[in-house]
Amino acid sequence: MQFERYESASFYDEMFDAAGQPRHGCALVVRTLAAIPDGEVLRRQRAAERALLHMGSTFNVYGHEDGVEKILPFDMIPRVIPASEWKVLEGGLKQRARALDLFLDDLYHGQRILADGIVPRELVETAATYLPACRGLDPPHGVWCHVSGTDLVRDSDGRYYVLEDNLRCPSGVSYVLQNRRVMKRTFPRVFEASRVRPVDAYPSQLLQMLQYVRPRDVAQPTVVLLTPGVYNSAYFEHSFLAQQMGIELVEGRDLAVRDGFVWMQTTRGLSRVDVIYRRIDDTFLDPNVFRRDSMLGVPGLMDVVRAGRVTLANAPGTGVADDKVIYAYVPAIVRYYLGEEAILPNVQTFVCFDEKQREHVLANIDKLVIKAANESGGYGMLIGPQASAAERASFADRIRANPRNYIAQPLLGLSRAPTLIDGAVEGRHVDLRPYILHGEDIFVLPGGLTRVALKKGSYVVNSSQGGGSKDTWVLASNGSGD
Amino acid sequence: MLSRVAEAIYWMSRYAERAENVARFLDVSFQVMLDLPDPVGDPWAGVVSATGDHALYAKRYEVATRDDVVRFLTFDTGSPNSILSCLRKARENARSVREVISSEMWEQINKWYLLVRDAAADESVLDDPHDFLTEVKQASHTFVGIAALTMTHGEGWNFGRIGRLIERADQTSRIIDAKQALLLARPTELGSSLDSVNLSALLRSVSALEMYRKRHGMIAFPTVIGFLLLEKGFPRSVRYCLNEAARSLHAITGTPADAGDSVPERRLGRLSAEYEYASVEEILAEGLHNHLDRFQSRLNDSGAAIHDTFFAVRPVTPESPERPAAAATQTQWSSAH
Repeated sequence: MQFERYESASFYDEMFDAAGQPRHGCALVVRTLAAIPDGEVLRRQRAAERALLHMGSTFNVYGHEDGVEKILPFDMIPRVIPASEWKVLEGGLKQRARALDLFLDDLYHGQRILADGIVPRELVETAATYLPACRGLDPPHGVWCHVSGTDLVRDSDGRYYVLEDNLRCPSGVSYVLQNRRVMKRTFPRVFEASRVRPVDAYPSQLLQMLQYVRPRDVAQPTVVLLTPGVYNSAYFEHSFLAQQMGIELVEGRDLAVRDGFVWMQTTRGLSRVDVIYRRIDDTFLDPNVFRRDSMLGVPGLMDVVRAGRVTLANAPGTGVADDKVIYAYVPAIVRYYLGEEAILPNVQTFVCFDEKQREHVLANIDKLVIKAANESGGYGMLIGPQASAAERASFADRIRANPRNYIAQPLLGLSRAPTLIDGAVEGRHVDLRPYILHGEDIFVLPGGLTRVALKKGSYVVNSSQGGGSKDTWVLASNGSGD
Repeated sequence: MLSRVAEAIYWMSRYAERAENVARFLDVSFQVMLDLPDPVGDPWAGVVSATGDHALYAKRYEVATRDDVVRFLTFDTGSPNSILSCLRKARENARSVREVISSEMWEQINKWYLLVRDAAADESVLDDPHDFLTEVKQASHTFVGIAALTMTHGEGWNFGRIGRLIERADQTSRIIDAKQALLLARPTELGSSLDSVNLSALLRSVSALEMYRKRHGMIAFPTVIGFLLLEKGFPRSVRYCLNEAARSLHAITGTPADAGDSVPERRLGRLSAEYEYASVEEILAEGLHNHLDRFQSRLNDSGAAIHDTFFAVRPVTPESPERPAAAATQTQWSSAH
């Protein structure tokens, strides 16, 4: 693998500094990869992809027929994060998770933060993800977001920023675990020498957390994972996690409410369920309370949740805290509940809900990235500098018609990482999604999913739009990697 | 175990077994063609009617040509019983329970499906399908072996085993029925060498020729039928399949083998006992076709009882009398045959 002609250009590069020297912690990886002949690199890449396909580590592409599950393209050059850098990220993520949980508990109870005018009441009440049906809900131990994933990016200055919070059971952690298995198989030697912090305990930690948040009077909880079914794009992950935790993977049709409890239908009759790690959206959970047409949920489920006889992880209603407009208020939310400044900064954000900021956005639409409040997967957004005049005009109309629904941010010069493209090493933009578990305490999985935009120059890292992934190596504090 | 999971394992096994049977049947049909000096009538039409899907075939193709018949049985996704369709369904079922089966089983069924899907994309295998069909059969054996060696022999495994054995008993009886019609259609030729070709083909299509020869040597109509229906230790005979399916059923319910506490145990047990004590003379006296017809309908009743007892999602709350699962279950059930 040849790095000589690698251009780190004007972006922050994850592996090389401005002088072209490997960054702290990266020298060993670079040296080892450089020693592998090109043909061998290609062979190992193929072997890695085949391994992923045969493990069935795939996602479904919507709108296609059966048989088009794809593997998430996997890049063999790891992304390395030194211990000192990770320590800061970990602290910042924990702080954010703690504050957002307090925020949710407040929103669905006393609403002090609205009364104090820190977050505009109208903003919360008009958020599609705010669920009045959850007012007064008391999830065990006051935990709402049991599992979250925060998207981080680095700007050209090399600083990390929070791009968005994902508090609605984000997916992707199975790729972190599978990528690591494949990397260990592919480059055992580099691995051995680098002292990379392990990730494979994640399923046990997840199970431990789920057992901890059981209803108060249950000694030996039955935990299940609720999936929308095989046609969901993240089905592989649901199945993988259930298998790793050794719990039942259930669909809504396997569950029923009777006598005030949730039960699953087994070959020997009904069996009680205490904790549901649910991977279906809030509004599909219970057709009696939310969407009446939901075939994925369980009628009567919310009554059992309210009675504290079953725990949902995540609790319903958490989506309001990752609304892209509410996001702009997170630094204030951290300050309000914790009396601290946010360790990880937000990206500068203009809220179109505010008239002055809206005028600024409309005047500078060609320089900004516009995002709809409630879309994900890279949809519903406009990258001003790369868009046509017509696209910009159409987005400006949408903003005027529904200002509450839009925010704008400057276009960041996302950091790049060396990536194998057709056998040559080229820079591609990356982000990072660490996974956070919140039970008895808050745990951040060391590393997370590094997503890479494989198209040259692209900033969109989503798997549905040509993104791939890399293994993320957080180095142990006593490891040098050099 | 979740009812849905038990059902998916059961159907995964049935479809996998069916795919293997189609491959074996087609492979033997090819070899028979080579042995027929002067084909009477339309031999490929006979192959289609032996599968029982001639009505569907007639809708999709004009005449029974070699290439169309082979395509129909291998890659035609418009036919629910083509090898590709069976494997697609086997794999979909496996995919919905991959956290329950072993990952080795999933990898094997996935590879098996990809093998057939890739062959379908290219179709060059149709020129000389023998190697391809052999690979399909081997993949099936590997799958069964992997299942036996990597999955706990508990409830799930036993449901899979029942599915496989019921499917196999069904397939064996169907193939006898189809062949006996051909044989009896030309009574004057009974005992001729052509007859022997057809009887060996019948044995080979359930991999029974070698074992039959060890047991009986000479090939004759009643002994062949007797072997395929009643041979105690041969793993594709109907008697063997019924005995073993009943054994797995008792392993699931935990009741002793001589007790029949539930409807499926009673139905399968009675059917199995009948074959335990039957003689081929009685069966032929009843009329082979009539007998097989009656057998298939009783086997279906046993399958239906297993479905009702273990898989059917019963309405458990007054608020949700109709649950969507019922529809999905029905679809799969009715596609059995």
